[in-house]
Amino acid sequence: MNNDTLIPYIGVVTDIRQDTPDVKTFRVVSPEGGKVFEHMPGQCAMLSIPGVGEGMFSITSSPTNKEFMEFSIKKCGCLTTWLHAMDVGQQITIRGPYGNHFPVETDLEGKDLLFIAGGIGLAPLRSVINYVRDNRSDYGDVQIVYGSRSKDDLVDYKEIIDEWMADEGIEVNLTIDNPQEGWDGHVGFVPNYVKELNPSINKTVLICGPPIMIKFTLAGLKELGFTETQVYTTMELRMKCAVGKCGRCNIGSKYVCKDGPVFRFDQLDELPDEY
Amino acid sequence: MLKISIDKLDELFEAISASQTLYIPTDREDGAAEYRKYESGMKLSNALNTVRSAKDFFFPQTENLVDFKMEGKNIEVIDIRKESEDFVIFGVRACDARSFTILDKVFLAEPVDSYYKTRREHGTVVTMACTRPSETCFCGVFGIDATAPEGDAACWSDGESFFFEAHNEKGQKFIDSISSLLEDGDTAKLEETREKTRSILKKLPLAGLSTESFGGDRMMEHFNSEKWGELSESCLGCGTCTFVCPTCQCYDIKDFNTGHGIKRFRCWDSCMYSDFTKMAHGNPRLTQLERFRQRFMHKLVYFPANNNGEFGCVGCGRCLSKCPISMNIVKVMKALEVK
Repeated sequence: MNNDTLIPYIGVVTDIRQDTPDVKTFRVVSPEGGKVFEHMPGQCAMLSIPGVGEGMFSITSSPTNKEFMEFSIKKCGCLTTWLHAMDVGQQITIRGPYGNHFPVETDLEGKDLLFIAGGIGLAPLRSVINYVRDNRSDYGDVQIVYGSRSKDDLVDYKEIIDEWMADEGIEVNLTIDNPQEGWDGHVGFVPNYVKELNPSINKTVLICGPPIMIKFTLAGLKELGFTETQVYTTMELRMKCAVGKCGRCNIGSKYVCKDGPVFRFDQLDELPDEY
Repeated sequence: MLKISIDKLDELFEAISASQTLYIPTDREDGAAEYRKYESGMKLSNALNTVRSAKDFFFPQTENLVDFKMEGKNIEVIDIRKESEDFVIFGVRACDARSFTILDKVFLAEPVDSYYKTRREHGTVVTMACTRPSETCFCGVFGIDATAPEGDAACWSDGESFFFEAHNEKGQKFIDSISSLLEDGDTAKLEETREKTRSILKKLPLAGLSTESFGGDRMMEHFNSEKWGELSESCLGCGTCTFVCPTCQCYDIKDFNTGHGIKRFRCWDSCMYSDFTKMAHGNPRLTQLERFRQRFMHKLVYFPANNNGEFGCVGCGRCLSKCPISMNIVKVMKALEVK
């Protein structure tokens, strides 16, 4: 019998990084070493601890990383609490990759890119950002606007400071919600910060974060003159199968697991407002 | 046409069940019809249809997908799949036969569901034409002819004999396997019976129901309809409609710790349930209105949008007779009809 996508592979957790008080990044390789499977930026995988649960997580590492995959996971439910409590060396089950991906080889090529993220919303965009950094000549200028509740809640802070900010042609704008001792950067919410920064409207935008942030940021972008065909996002709904059969992650006729998770806002406009 | 006399049905069932498992609709002690594994002496039900649909044969209510052994930090994945054995489902009605091709569009689409596929490959569907359609029947609305059911092979009764016809190789194999019991028969009386049934079908109260207002291109119009509030108001969210529906295929995946390992199961689920879409950070379908709307939008709009216009309903009428508050797809279609 052929392999069935519902039967998972084994992954070994080889590194756990505490990113923020409630976000950890897990490094996963196959028991034989190397990646369990290849993916494209924006795609997801189903991770599970048998007996605890299975859930869909975006693959936060770039496919240009040839050694391992990474998942940045916020502790918020049964499975994620278990994942946060485990130690290095723990095996998990993994299946995928699932869904479409950001159009890094087509629509995004040659474009100036504006990444906008809030909180854990950086996780799926980090895959694209590092993909773009590793294929730098294929893209124009890169601007990253990233905000969180506090300095401690900025995911991948070390990588942002040490690597992204050190790159030429990448502008990083960080912001936190409220003033904090030891923070001399911008303070304020992401939607307002984007408007203040007044980015050039020829940029292609990739946005991910809490729904309320996306809503107000999109409105602000439109005020600046951006159109919905320039703005991509990635969605999340409850999933069981990850292949468009279990019937629960649909927005109208589209399944987030297989037709998404990446959508352009003009595509979402044609779908019912139920997410 | 090849036929067998009705009084030889027992012989027929014995012959089929000698080589493979046979399921037939039979009457329970309480009079309700259900599919059961054939055993000597079991009688074919005279009921129009079974209470539960026939989807269980290919998409069982619960099934074990995979097992895991946990030892320290290690996990072992145990593939427990087995090739299905050959079986025959006899007496499937036209509506339920069509439901299989609808389920095929879900489970056999890439990536193919191997659990479903093996049962589909090993199951032979022998359909049985209707002669007494009821007032809750509306298969004709979805282009289904109750007097010419699909399936691998079909059979018709003229009250005295059962006539057989193969629709494909698998069906021909089935007929060949019982050919020693069959004889050539005159179909004049059968044609009369079919004609009579056709005229009943035309006069059924729901025969005039129209699908014209529905389809994949009507998504926003129907989704934003103001009628959903009133339609869903008394829905109890009990999920009976999805349980008896031959095309409802939403499922859940859940693990069970046996004490000796973990068994992962697939179970039927229902979009009518409040936790169906509930996530750690919220629920996009908060009230019964959204859940109710999802079920009917899926059958009448989303499914056709993804399947060349084919609707996700076969008009079997089970939800009409089983819903505790007498709400059903017919009322929804009438309410949303664009005049």
